[in-house]
Amino acid sequence: MKKLACEIRGLEKAFGPNKVLRKIDLDLFPGEVTVLMGANGAGKSTLVKILCGVHKSDGGSINLFGKLFRPKKPVDAFNEGVVTVHQSINDGVVPDLDVASNLMLDRLTDKKSGFFVSEKNLRIESEKIAEIMGLSFDSKKPVSELGVADRQLIAIARAMARNPKVLILDEPTSSLSAKEADRLFKLLDRLRSTNVAILYISHRMSDIRQIADKIICMRDGSISGTFDEKPLDYEGAVTAMIGHKMTEVNFKISEKGREILKLSSLKLDGDSADINLKIHQNEVVAITGLLGSGKTQLASILFGVMKQFSGSIFLNGNKYSPSNPMEAINLGVHMSPKDRSSNAVIKDFDIEKNLTVPFLNNYSWLSLLKFKGLKNVAKETINDLGIVCQSENDEIETLSGGNQQKVVVGRWLLRPCSLLVLDEPFQGVDIKARRDIGNYIRETSINRATIVFVAELDEALEIADRVLVMNEKKIVGEHKNKNVDINQILVEIAGQSTFSELSR
Amino acid sequence: MNSEFGLREFSIKYGFLVLLAGLVLFFSIFASGFAGARSAVFIFQSVAITGILALGVTCTLVVDGFDLSIGSVATSSLMMSAYMLVILEQSAFVAIIACLLMGAFVGLVNGLLIVKMKVPDLLATLGMMFLLIGLQRVPTEGRSIATGMRLPSGEVADGVFPASFLWIGRHRFDVFLEKLIPVPVIIFLVVALIIWIFLELTRHGRLMYAIGSNERAASLAGTNVNYYKILAYVISGITASIGGLLLSARLGRGDIASGNNLLLDSVAAALIGFAVLGAAKPNALGTAIGALFVGVLLHGLTMMNAPYYTQDFVKGGVLVIALVFTFALTSRSRKGGH
Repeated sequence: MKKLACEIRGLEKAFGPNKVLRKIDLDLFPGEVTVLMGANGAGKSTLVKILCGVHKSDGGSINLFGKLFRPKKPVDAFNEGVVTVHQSINDGVVPDLDVASNLMLDRLTDKKSGFFVSEKNLRIESEKIAEIMGLSFDSKKPVSELGVADRQLIAIARAMARNPKVLILDEPTSSLSAKEADRLFKLLDRLRSTNVAILYISHRMSDIRQIADKIICMRDGSISGTFDEKPLDYEGAVTAMIGHKMTEVNFKISEKGREILKLSSLKLDGDSADINLKIHQNEVVAITGLLGSGKTQLASILFGVMKQFSGSIFLNGNKYSPSNPMEAINLGVHMSPKDRSSNAVIKDFDIEKNLTVPFLNNYSWLSLLKFKGLKNVAKETINDLGIVCQSENDEIETLSGGNQQKVVVGRWLLRPCSLLVLDEPFQGVDIKARRDIGNYIRETSINRATIVFVAELDEALEIADRVLVMNEKKIVGEHKNKNVDINQILVEIAGQSTFSELSR
Repeated sequence: MNSEFGLREFSIKYGFLVLLAGLVLFFSIFASGFAGARSAVFIFQSVAITGILALGVTCTLVVDGFDLSIGSVATSSLMMSAYMLVILEQSAFVAIIACLLMGAFVGLVNGLLIVKMKVPDLLATLGMMFLLIGLQRVPTEGRSIATGMRLPSGEVADGVFPASFLWIGRHRFDVFLEKLIPVPVIIFLVVALIIWIFLELTRHGRLMYAIGSNERAASLAGTNVNYYKILAYVISGITASIGGLLLSARLGRGDIASGNNLLLDSVAAALIGFAVLGAAKPNALGTAIGALFVGVLLHGLTMMNAPYYTQDFVKGGVLVIALVFTFALTSRSRKGGH
């Protein structure tokens, strides 16, 4: 039995009434890469934030090499040898400083180092680190001139400079290409051989296959699966992460109408495969796939937030290439974006104002708002979606997550459209709200085409007539939602190569 | 518990108005001559110009921006109108139109700097402020403009401020009392009404508030964010030039040194406005009341023989108290449990 590096027992955390972590048990061993998987809102980031001293736990214990570990602030965690590289790269580098200063930033903040900066020592030290890491940058170059991938590597190198005992990497490859990721993996191999315990958070199956010694899956704040027997059961891990406790939902597959949307040889990126797709009137299509599979990118392209790399889109038979959301809305495309708090909720507004914000044009006369019309339509939507509130003038922030989500999805159902795109419409909502939203989307789906992007498979199966699977920015599977082969879908979500590995 | 909560709600919502009423009552009792129509009009007149500027800056605050150039736009408008009337000998109408266009243009440039060139709002408008302060001195080599002044070329300027122009700064309408209400007060009230209608009753105002609260969400709801941001600065530029015109018409000369305090006073009024009716956000009604609040306080203190040099101190105190009202009280009650 190897000695434990980090032992987490019964860790709990709640934000207000919202339980984010429910008695988590987790072991990290030295010289091992433990991959942590989990959908949005599963509690991964909260766990990481507790480990690196940003949040305090409500209960349970963390032991580090047999000693109780209770970081009060990030510095405590560093001093104990727990180092985290966060997902947002700009947290890890200071763009205006040069490479050497960035690598040595922590030395600069150390109270023990003197008042003056010795430029020479700084460079010598930083070059040492760069060499160990296999980085070859001009150390005088400001970081702002480097690309995203190089910045990411510097952020990681900076973490190395602290001689970590436990290293936490939060989606480190999300902005790296395959080649750059390989550099990172080599580095991790080297660290592994020096007995560092690594907690690696990612959803890229290709990463996970390369470096995982153990996979831990989280779902709804608890550990839903641990896989440490070789060969690792990747499909089992995906199942444990996204879950498919089949919920019986009865609905008739709708009669397809005319074709509304056609994607022809659409490429999301320069190096991704073509997407060809047709979506029809009356149809609800779910597109599922892991984080980073290109779902949000496709949704953004459909709504004019981003441009595709190449290929074309046709809406109702006409070429469709909106340059901004306003144009998309005018052409009859509505989209409810994911991450409601940053992309959808207008927190100074009440329910009524939040609901009606995209369509004020339809409720005004010579630019003057028709308050009665606005009130009525808000009341109707509150009623239709079962939004729990005292009145339409409640502040949006007083609502629960599920009800907020109903509001920001509901705003796009206020007016008819020819294509409705919903990106993660069930993100961070309870089961009741999820049902309400799902039912309402299906009830109103006649006369338009609907695309729902979801990471969780059972959400897709609950709502869709047809389920498409996306992986690495291409469509890899298509299933009519009737007696679906769930295992086949899971294999597709995890990536085709998993299938061949499993059957080998 | 419940009553305590009610008290806080009440003080957030009506605290500032109660304070204003208290002040009026206090001065009416203790400062002889404070209570009365002429005194009230005097207060209105003293805040009319800063109030108009403050209403413009309110629009930029609504879109989560800031306009530091309003004071210099106002003084530029003052100098420009004097230059057009006295040196170029244009009509009042031409001078007014030219100044309004100048204000709109400056606002447009501010907006473009912020939206297209991605210059942070404070820095863009600070740069514009310096630029205008310098520019308005160039045509007259740094001197004030008045009829009969000697020009750099040696000629004497013969143009005059026509009566029609002076009317907008000096005329008083007879209402109940003879020569009671001056034109600038009427203009202040009209501008306040227009900005209030624009922000509260039109979809444009609603969308501007949406941008100020969550720009990304507003954009994803199909709002033309750039257009509305630029519009806010254009409005701010126009109102600032109106303020400058009124100042010019009141002074009857292009005084290079006047209008120094305009920026700070009007920003203060707009920020004090956050506290009115617990809005906790920029709003037209609040701004107008904020301006009046400062006016009442200063007028009252002056009548009680407070020396003039305490004025800025008093304004600063009011501003700090208003900001505490806004941020400390409202944020605590809104966030609740967290």
